[in-house]
Amino acid sequence: MINVSHLTKQYGPRSAIQDLSFEIHPGEIVGFLGPNGAGKSTTMKILTGFMPATSGSATVAGYEVFKNPIELKRNIGYLPETPPVYLDMVVRDYVEFAAKLHDVPKSKLKTAVDLALEKTSLTDVGKRIIGNLSKGYRQRVGLAQALVHNPKVLILDEPTVGLDPKQIIEIRELIKSLAGDHTVILSSHILPEVTATCQRIIVISKGKIVAQDTLDQISARLRKGLIYNMTIKNPSSDAAQSIQSISGVKSASLAGNKLIIELTQSGMDSRDQIVAAAVGKGLGVLEFSSEKVNLEDIFLQLTTEEKIS
Amino acid sequence: MKKVWTIATKDFRSYFTSPIAYIVIAGFLTIMGWMFFFNLSHFNSMNLQYRSYGMGKSVSISEGIIRPLYGNMNVILLFLTPFITMRLFSEEKKLHTIELLMTSPVTLMETILGKFLSAFLLVLVMVGITFTYPVILFLTGNPDIGVVFTSILGTLLLSGCYLSIGILFSAMTENQIVAGALTFASGLFLWLISWASQSTGPVMGEFLNYLSLIGHYNNFSQGMIQSGDVIFYVSFIGLGLFFTHQVLDSYRWR
Repeated sequence: MINVSHLTKQYGPRSAIQDLSFEIHPGEIVGFLGPNGAGKSTTMKILTGFMPATSGSATVAGYEVFKNPIELKRNIGYLPETPPVYLDMVVRDYVEFAAKLHDVPKSKLKTAVDLALEKTSLTDVGKRIIGNLSKGYRQRVGLAQALVHNPKVLILDEPTVGLDPKQIIEIRELIKSLAGDHTVILSSHILPEVTATCQRIIVISKGKIVAQDTLDQISARLRKGLIYNMTIKNPSSDAAQSIQSISGVKSASLAGNKLIIELTQSGMDSRDQIVAAAVGKGLGVLEFSSEKVNLEDIFLQLTTEEKIS
Repeated sequence: MKKVWTIATKDFRSYFTSPIAYIVIAGFLTIMGWMFFFNLSHFNSMNLQYRSYGMGKSVSISEGIIRPLYGNMNVILLFLTPFITMRLFSEEKKLHTIELLMTSPVTLMETILGKFLSAFLLVLVMVGITFTYPVILFLTGNPDIGVVFTSILGTLLLSGCYLSIGILFSAMTENQIVAGALTFASGLFLWLISWASQSTGPVMGEFLNYLSLIGHYNNFSQGMIQSGDVIFYVSFIGLGLFFTHQVLDSYRWR
């Protein structure tokens, strides 16, 4: 549904994204995860045809971005970072305006608007002026705008920013309910946000993809956090075996002067025993540390920036 | 073309959901009403004088009322049209709503034409209401309908030029005040540009005269439609909208 290859965007000498390649299948919900300024919005703006890429190509819903902009835009629903709502307009009129812009035929206009308002639970405020609504409602009006023409692809830039917890849950449920009929890309700098809604995650940092996989596989890789390295002075052949016999250790192997120790889930408590055993054996422990996984670093950076339930 | 109309009606309506339309129209009608009244009474007293001194000539309605009325209207519109155009694109940029337009299956030119049309419709409403003045003249006198028609046409074309400048400046900035001020200054400058023609050489003078927005209105005020004037105004509007297109197109390359 979405095919991106070697996409690069430069702002002057600074590149916002570098050589981005990924593929998204029909009906998937994919999360763009990355810290602020990682290039998520830029990527989305390119995919929606809002701005051109410096190099590389992207195909969305079968249309080459920027070669077929009109056809492309007809098949995309886009919610930018700031919901593009006219503050002096009435909710219903605004959604209707968006529908007309996206070629919803006149005969289906009313049903389409009704449905979009219903999906975003805006039916009650349909007659109110957008400028008088709270941030959460405006966000939903923006979402209704993106949904109204029933697009194949939905691109949502931080759809839950600024919402209260109840609204966040509602929007998440809504996005989840869109899977299957629509292909959804959403961006976030908050890990739980993405894990709650997306089937697949693309992690971007500093304009590059650092990981893309399903949630399960990424968390499996995260479990590498249970691997510890011990640097020892006197490597001996039975060193690994003696460590392995300690309960909580799944495996231990020697590589040069490094003992690679994998712990079981409950093994974290036996770290002191491992060190004690190693010292007792006279291995000459120089260093004992958890293996640093790059991805984990990024996740850590992400998750410590902001925490939501 | 349907999208042009969609955008035009949306923007036209938003003039009326905000105070802009009411204030501009009220200001316009107050001043125009006052001027019409003044022109009319001046015209009456002049003709009364001519008749009482038996000078054997009189001032025609076209000469004494219609020409000054629409001449003044052009000045008032120069002052008021910046208020109509200043928000058209600057506000869209500021509130990021332009992202909706630019990610919708609408071409940039359709958007620009829609905006232009909405502003033009508002001017049409304003000028339309003042059509009551010639109607009053028709009821009580015998004005030259041709002059009324050409004056209105000329006024609308001239306002189109103001709007075109206004839209261009509105596309250049996020700040409405800046857009409005630049529009007014440029409109006035393009009006007064012919002043320099007296002190420059004949060729340059001719050129500056040609550029003058008001210079092309003179024929209209005398009941003449000259293709040269119409072409000047229409191409001026077209050029303004074309530059707007270029400005907005470059906006997304940044």
